Amino acid sequence: MSRVRVLVGTRKGAFVLEADGKRDRWDVSGPHFGGWEMYHLKGSPADPSRLYASQATSWFGQLIQRSDDGGKTWEPVGNQFVYDGATGTHLWYDGTPHPWEFARVWHLEPSPTDPDTVYAGVEDAALFRSTDGGKTWRELPGLRTHESAPCWQPGAGGMCLHTILLDPSDPERIFIAISSAGTFRSDDAGTTWRPINRGLVSEQIPNPTAEVGHCVHRIAMHRSRPGVLFMQKHWDVMRSDDAGESWHEISGNLPSDFGFPIDVHAHEPETIYVVPIKSDSEHYPPEGKLRVYRSRTGGHEWEALTKGLPQRDCYVNVLRDAMAVDALDACGVYFGTTGGQVYASADAGDSWTPIVRDLPAVLSVEVQTLP
Amino acid sequence: MIRVVLPPHLRTLARVEREVTLEVEGPVTQRSVLDALEARYPMLRGTIRDHVTQRRRPFVRFFACEEDLSHESPDAPLPDAVATGAESF
Repeated sequence: MSRVRVLVGTRKGAFVLEADGKRDRWDVSGPHFGGWEMYHLKGSPADPSRLYASQATSWFGQLIQRSDDGGKTWEPVGNQFVYDGATGTHLWYDGTPHPWEFARVWHLEPSPTDPDTVYAGVEDAALFRSTDGGKTWRELPGLRTHESAPCWQPGAGGMCLHTILLDPSDPERIFIAISSAGTFRSDDAGTTWRPINRGLVSEQIPNPTAEVGHCVHRIAMHRSRPGVLFMQKHWDVMRSDDAGESWHEISGNLPSDFGFPIDVHAHEPETIYVVPIKSDSEHYPPEGKLRVYRSRTGGHEWEALTKGLPQRDCYVNVLRDAMAVDALDACGVYFGTTGGQVYASADAGDSWTPIVRDLPAVLSVEVQTLP
Repeated sequence: MIRVVLPPHLRTLARVEREVTLEVEGPVTQRSVLDALEARYPMLRGTIRDHVTQRRRPFVRFFACEEDLSHESPDAPLPDAVATGAESF
């Protein structure tokens, strides 16, 4: 029977949750790296035993950990992230030029085909790649040196490159998203980039339809249709049917279209999930009810999924990297909260059960489906 | 022989006990001690001082002989008691 392994990054360590295909009884291991902020952990699709983890504190900086046995043991690998060439400046919160400074790795995206190749999205926003299993990292500087970069500005959480999507049908095509510069695409394996934000409207910036400057919180795709992208923007849930060339809003009947994560069902490319949050100034669910919203029509029409989720007095948040799906026949959906719960649904969202309730604030959730 | 006491997170990272001992060639300074420490425990590179600038990470402090030496020059001699191993760094 297939198994699932859920990789959870929290403010104070990492946890590995494992279950068989029924997903009703869970083994919990951790904390790994107790006391450290674990922004993200992710497994290699090419070798599920190979895991990468981003470990940091403001005291001791950034570390990258690698496991070759599915998270039982870990080894620190390379942690030197040096921007390539002159760093230049972006805009600071007060609108003045500010030099690029490395702060942390937000997201690790292993190659779908090579366990030793992994991408890192960092703050201040840039994309790095390792081709030796994380021992050494080199920037792909074409993104940070894009002509628009001097005008990029941080979001409230810092100027982070938080999303990396590798097109499974085209190894040359990469999508990334930066808060708050927007979404960019490379069609030459990361050498050159261009913004793909047409159709986004952000009232919080001087020109709401500017080419860059949008606070994109997350983008997602289904691997069978890499030209169709879904986006949770600061406000607005968006969709592109042309690989980001243009976007249109699909918020429909959501109670709020502010939120952080967005994900796609493993087998139904038109079934998507978001977690509405009340507003950009009140980062908790509307009405104190934790509801995942599912659209089976690729947007516009949404249904609240509430069974097993707290429907009163709930004021947690769900961060952008804290939702994932497994690939079992009945698609499992998982998300973690800033209150330390990790919820799982073994029936595509119809019902939910907490796997754990009392972890530190959850920063990221990833799932591996294992044979 | 130089004795170095690491904070708990770095002990875990380097898989060592509270105190490690190092041999340092030449003058005993912050730089030479940290060079020897990082040579022995490469996983500590970047956690105490920046990879490129070699500057102390802002929250990390260097103490010895009941003194805060964090703002001393990295090339200034450490106290004799550290150099002789009587006191830890």
